Amino acid sequence: MLRTAEPTTRTGPDRLARAARRSTHRPPGQPGWLPYAYLLPAFAVYAVFLLYPVLRAANLSLYEWDGLTLGTYVGLDNYVAVVTDPALRAAFGHALVLTLFYAVLPLLIGLLLAAIFHRAKVRGLGFFRSVVFVPQVVAMVVVAVAWRHIYAPDGPLNRALATIGLGGLTRGWLGDYTFALPAVGLVGTWVETGLVTVLLMAGMSRIPPELYESARLDGAGAVREFFAITLPAVRGEITVALTLTIIAALKTFDLVYVTTRGGPGDATSVPSYEVYRRAFMIGEVGSAAAVAVTLTVVIFLVNLVVTRLGDRETA
Amino acid sequence: MRISRGERLANYVILCAFALFALWPILTILVLAVGPDDSAASPEQGTGFLGLHPENFVNAWNVGRFGPAMLASVAVSTFVVTTATVLSIMSGYAFGTMRFRGQNALFYTFLVGLMVPTEAIVVPLYFDLRSVGLTDTFWAIALPQVAQSVAFGTFWMRAYFRTSSLALVEAARLDGAGSWRVLWLILVPIGRPAIVTLVVLTFLWTWNEFLIPLVMATSEHLRTAPLGLAFFQGQYTTGFTLLAAGAVIVAAPVLVVYIVLQRHVIRGMLEGAVRE
Repeated sequence: MLRTAEPTTRTGPDRLARAARRSTHRPPGQPGWLPYAYLLPAFAVYAVFLLYPVLRAANLSLYEWDGLTLGTYVGLDNYVAVVTDPALRAAFGHALVLTLFYAVLPLLIGLLLAAIFHRAKVRGLGFFRSVVFVPQVVAMVVVAVAWRHIYAPDGPLNRALATIGLGGLTRGWLGDYTFALPAVGLVGTWVETGLVTVLLMAGMSRIPPELYESARLDGAGAVREFFAITLPAVRGEITVALTLTIIAALKTFDLVYVTTRGGPGDATSVPSYEVYRRAFMIGEVGSAAAVAVTLTVVIFLVNLVVTRLGDRETA
Repeated sequence: MRISRGERLANYVILCAFALFALWPILTILVLAVGPDDSAASPEQGTGFLGLHPENFVNAWNVGRFGPAMLASVAVSTFVVTTATVLSIMSGYAFGTMRFRGQNALFYTFLVGLMVPTEAIVVPLYFDLRSVGLTDTFWAIALPQVAQSVAFGTFWMRAYFRTSSLALVEAARLDGAGSWRVLWLILVPIGRPAIVTLVVLTFLWTWNEFLIPLVMATSEHLRTAPLGLAFFQGQYTTGFTLLAAGAVIVAAPVLVVYIVLQRHVIRGMLEGAVRE
């Protein structure tokens, strides 16, 4: 019934195929509203608790509102502040730094490790895969508690430094204006490296061995082999890894909340934490919404740009 | 292969070093949790059982009030996983096996939800739910997470239903089975691997979720386990042993599920990541 508007001038086999498909999808006696009935419960929850709130966030971001009294319409002022307010610029800048630690560093380490294991065909990779994936499944709060202890002034890291004669370097890492952000970032590196490595290993295992055979006949060494064959073959996996890890960096919240609360000063403030702080601690709901919407747009753009770049290079 | 013994050995060293690096923070926590209690206020402990102190977990459970927090987490996770799975199976069935007007537009609408960060929905949700008196309720914590899980679940189950055997469905329909019976009596039982993966992933995400309960739960009985741990960390400053024990308590259910169903977790995370 829904499909009668389609042109009927198709050639024989095609039409037969369509007719056959139609019969599988719409058996006689199945009413046209049936698909919508199956969709309705999921869509209702999704619309009320996800779609509508996103639109509401966009709406709230146009107001100056403390969450209690009547708000005032301010147009795009809150978005202008995202660019001009030093505190917000700092937060987005920190997110960019975190991206290096969450995405770039794990990608480099992951490529190196995956290439090594791919070449040598070592045993026990299944067990290894399970082990390095553990940081992905444990709650970020648990991870943060563990690393807070490691970074503590009298914690394992400083004790280890003192033991190997680098006692001069010891400090309260998370309370240090210079080192707090890299310290938080390295936790991200720890969390993401396993995922990236496993992803790349899966990609490399799909490369046909013949490719390497011919390269070796041409006398290519391990390094040339990597750049000529392995790297181009895992472009798709690199794209996925970058998308996942960049977005994880941009969404950092639990880790900062538990380890530093954005401090010292605003040395580790990040967009997500600014959203929380502005909306629920200092009563700047409109500004919080603007930061949240900006963050959402950035995440969409990252998805789009990274995927596009990956597609173009493979094409 | 022209891989020398030396290179092979070096590879095993790198493999072990990296595995150790991945486990080290978690092992640190585990070792400290069963070590002697370091808080000055604690009563004198004996040498313990084989030098271990499993009583730390009991103390942490009581001092950190993890009982109610674990209960809240179990309740929220059970509800979110069950509801989201059933709704996703139904919506995935529609998208994967039926044709209807607006199909693509609706599907892309669900896909958008995969990218929306929690930060963007939690602010308006808090103030809107407050105006109808629903903040600080079970529903305020659970339903937004059902919505997020349904976005992924629809995408995941659609992929399964698209590959499901049409011949089998056809045969069942010729036998007079309606679409509802075909779904629950044929496709769902066959699709167990895909559904188990979805259930496991949804459980992990829900159990570990932090921001939504942080914003929505003010009364203590609604605080989920990660939230309980974060609060315990803020209040308990006399030592680290009980905090470590608390961290182990919060991580334990997820680790057990992971150890039993790791294939599902890894496969799901890798495949779910590779959209379309």
